[in-house]
Amino acid sequence: MRTWRGWSKRLRAWVADGDRDRDLGQELESVVEMHTDEYLRAGMTREEARRRALIEVGGVEQVRQTVRDGRGFPRLEGWARDAKYAMRALLRTPGFSVVAFVVMAIGIGASVTLFTVVRSVLLRPLPFPHADRLVALYSQDDRSKPDLENNVASGDFYDWQRSSHGYEQMALWRWTGYNMSGSGGDLPEFLNAGTSSWNLFATLGANPALGRLFTPDDDHIGAGLTVILSWSFFERRFNGDPGILGKTIRLNSQNYTVIGVLPAWFQFPDPKIQLWVPWQVGESRDAIFSHYIHIAHVVARLRADASARAALQELSAVEYGLYTRLRGSGPMEQGVIAKPLLEDVVGKVKTPLYVLLGAVVCLLLIACLNLSNLLVARSAARRREMAIRSALGSSRLSLIRQQLMESLLICLIGGAFGLLLSVGATQWLISRWTELPRGYDVHPDGLAVGFSLGVTLMAGVLAGLLPSISSTGGTILAALQVGSRGIGGSVGRASLRKALLTAEVALTVVLLIAAGLLFKSFLRLRTVELGCTTKNVLTMTYFLRGDQYSKPEQIVGFDTQLLERVRHLPGVQAAGLTNVVPGDGYYGDHEVWIPEHPAQAPGEHHFVAYRTADPGYFSAMGIPLLRGRLFSNDERLEHDKFVIVNQELVRQYFPGEDPLGKHLRVEWRTPQGENYEIIGVVANTKYLVGKPPRPMMWFPILAGIPGNSGDSVLVVRSETDVTPLAIPIQRLIASLDMNLPVKNVLTMEQIIGRSTTNSSFSATLVLSFAGFSLVLAAVGLYGVLAYLVTQRTGEIGVRMALGARREGVLRLVLIDGLRPALLGLGIGITVSLGMTRLISSVLYGTSPLDASVFLAVIATLLISATGACLLPAWRAARINPMCALRAE
Amino acid sequence: MGNKNEVWLGTLSLMVLRTLATMGPQHGYGLARRIEQISGDRLSVNYGTLYPALLKLEQDGSITSEWGISDTNRRAKFYQLTRAGRKHLERETRDWHETTAILARFLSPAEEG
Repeated sequence: MRTWRGWSKRLRAWVADGDRDRDLGQELESVVEMHTDEYLRAGMTREEARRRALIEVGGVEQVRQTVRDGRGFPRLEGWARDAKYAMRALLRTPGFSVVAFVVMAIGIGASVTLFTVVRSVLLRPLPFPHADRLVALYSQDDRSKPDLENNVASGDFYDWQRSSHGYEQMALWRWTGYNMSGSGGDLPEFLNAGTSSWNLFATLGANPALGRLFTPDDDHIGAGLTVILSWSFFERRFNGDPGILGKTIRLNSQNYTVIGVLPAWFQFPDPKIQLWVPWQVGESRDAIFSHYIHIAHVVARLRADASARAALQELSAVEYGLYTRLRGSGPMEQGVIAKPLLEDVVGKVKTPLYVLLGAVVCLLLIACLNLSNLLVARSAARRREMAIRSALGSSRLSLIRQQLMESLLICLIGGAFGLLLSVGATQWLISRWTELPRGYDVHPDGLAVGFSLGVTLMAGVLAGLLPSISSTGGTILAALQVGSRGIGGSVGRASLRKALLTAEVALTVVLLIAAGLLFKSFLRLRTVELGCTTKNVLTMTYFLRGDQYSKPEQIVGFDTQLLERVRHLPGVQAAGLTNVVPGDGYYGDHEVWIPEHPAQAPGEHHFVAYRTADPGYFSAMGIPLLRGRLFSNDERLEHDKFVIVNQELVRQYFPGEDPLGKHLRVEWRTPQGENYEIIGVVANTKYLVGKPPRPMMWFPILAGIPGNSGDSVLVVRSETDVTPLAIPIQRLIASLDMNLPVKNVLTMEQIIGRSTTNSSFSATLVLSFAGFSLVLAAVGLYGVLAYLVTQRTGEIGVRMALGARREGVLRLVLIDGLRPALLGLGIGITVSLGMTRLISSVLYGTSPLDASVFLAVIATLLISATGACLLPAWRAARINPMCALRAE
Repeated sequence: MGNKNEVWLGTLSLMVLRTLATMGPQHGYGLARRIEQISGDRLSVNYGTLYPALLKLEQDGSITSEWGISDTNRRAKFYQLTRAGRKHLERETRDWHETTAILARFLSPAEEG
């Protein structure tokens, strides 16, 4: 009741503020007069009495202010008033304000963007119910290759499934692809697809948007062909018409019945997958229950009441049992490892993303320090104002609050722009960074917005607190005296700014070094020699599948006709066929035995990546032949028992031997395997940029083995720009088979670019952050020094009048400015020496302590710092002593 | 004068109320002087403390104020206890006695056992 009345009075008081204030003034005046009367009675003079009375009452203004604070809503009013003042102060110096806004907008925008991406990709759970219980299982050999996980053989999987108790369900899947014939005006196209055990969706916890999911009846040998469509494919190809359910579509020239459509949010494992087919359909029994073909990914859902450890141990025991039983007959792994499904999907971008996030946090800190620095300069200039205001009765807290308001305002406005910026930047990043897993999932959520607000407020407080505390402390009198002398700029303020600068330079150095290392590593990657020509080479992929290509003659017929016609196209210098070009991935390997060598110990296996080639491929790609010969034109169809190997294979398996004429026994044409004579050795090519060479072998593509020779990459080399050839060649393919889709029409440079996007993004983004930081640091350095020079004009004038030489003055100022820079450089280098190890996993061919990068950074920083200091120093040296002293 | 005790926080309003109750309407100067006097000059009243306290009491409705003429013929603002203020004073006085009595028991050495 009483408080309520108090509030209502406060409200009324607030409305009638002016009246009350005048009233209080009169009241206090009467008190002073009464005191004066008393002193008068004691016999003092009128002036003395009045003076004593004023002292006794204790400063009328202070009393008024205290009373005012108790009346109305002082806190709210105070904030509003401070915001108004701060706004006015910012408008008075538009240049400063705009720079500050931009700096903060970039800092906040960049960190919000990266946080949004990190949050969406790495931190947000996968969109499945109880996603924390989903794991990816791999088989693994923890004795010989503890870090390497291997895909699972589906035979192993079925054994796991049967004997495990710790998992609710487990499912297997892998990538595959289908040619879809053109129909009703639609072009033929190649579709990335997944094939999975029937229960994959149930394991993940997804329901169909339309129709039904697979049942065990769909997933066995000889079952009717069924397919489930992804939402995007359903929308794109069938205009979202539910009538497609129950109808058939032609994949690899076979009819598949559409039984269901997945919901739009289901993008596992990658949105590129357009449709799903059951695992066992169209496979042979041998392949399905093989323990040696490691091709499957396994997803499992842990029971709610089971221990993850025990569940895994049980599986490992099963796997070890298989290993001891079957190790003699084929490649086996000894154990099983599990990792969270999220980790499995996004693991490879974890470090790059955290590096980027670290870099933007550095950037934001630098931006804050810079703003802080600018504000210190401003607050120094306003020190007298502060002193006068505190003399007039402002409490220190309200002064700090007012200055804090300014930096908060800058950060809020900057943050608002930053948020806008980050919306655009996030879009840009996602559209450009095509290799980012879960990129489709990136959108700001409540947490990201909260984060940006938090960052903004923290930046504001961080940047504002130091200057405001420094400018309001100390005795009023000292400030007033110093202020009136004009030399001002107390030493304390300058040293605070230098400390801020040191921190700023140190952070910049850390960023620069990280950027330098990433960039060098990226350059290494980009300039890495694949071992073949990459200039003016065009590639395109097609898969010969289905009835039309079920006989070797049909495949060979198509390939030879195509090569013949392409080679006659004007502008084509050379053309060839293979299944995978260098730099496009490992693809797959086969186990080989060397009949001329003694039998290998059990458990020891030779795996060789397999490739195919036509006689013209190696010369078209510029891969040099080192020994022996290439395929000839008559090595085709049944006459195909020849193989070309790379140098790495010879190094590993034929050390000190002549491999020519020796044989490799491979299960290539038949599951029993046959011997292939080594006829040539070619130089090493890299299967992926940044990876060491692995043993590799090429079989004649013109053997025409369905399945093995059907995967073709046509490579075309031209004298000049090769891209204009893309259309005529595709037209040629269409003229041979109008239903054959062509995919991945890419130049070699594009293929390399695709495989280096992660490091390209880390490198270019961190480098631009570092560059921006360097500019900020240099501007900060310049600002502080220019300010110091202005402050010390008088002193320098005196020095020169007393005979100091201009060079001396120049040196004096230069050293003054360079000292914090050097200190920061030292700290930054020291920190970097410890920190760069953290990014070593994303570096290629670059040591985390790469001397050239460190030296380059030191040089860059020294040059920028000297540059920033030189102008103020030069201005100091130009000071005319007469003018300087007279101004005093 | 500088080594006098400052009035303890929270007790000033009680003193003001009590002074007004015994002396009738008073102006700020008179209140300050009176409080100092009653304390035997062991307290010094700071106007920066007194006026906010008066304001608060007025906002609570314990006192009212109006302009009048002082003994020395000066225009001054007089504060007067309201009925609510009198009740407030009684309650506060009771509380105070109770508090001091409790504290006295704690602090008195004889009670220790």
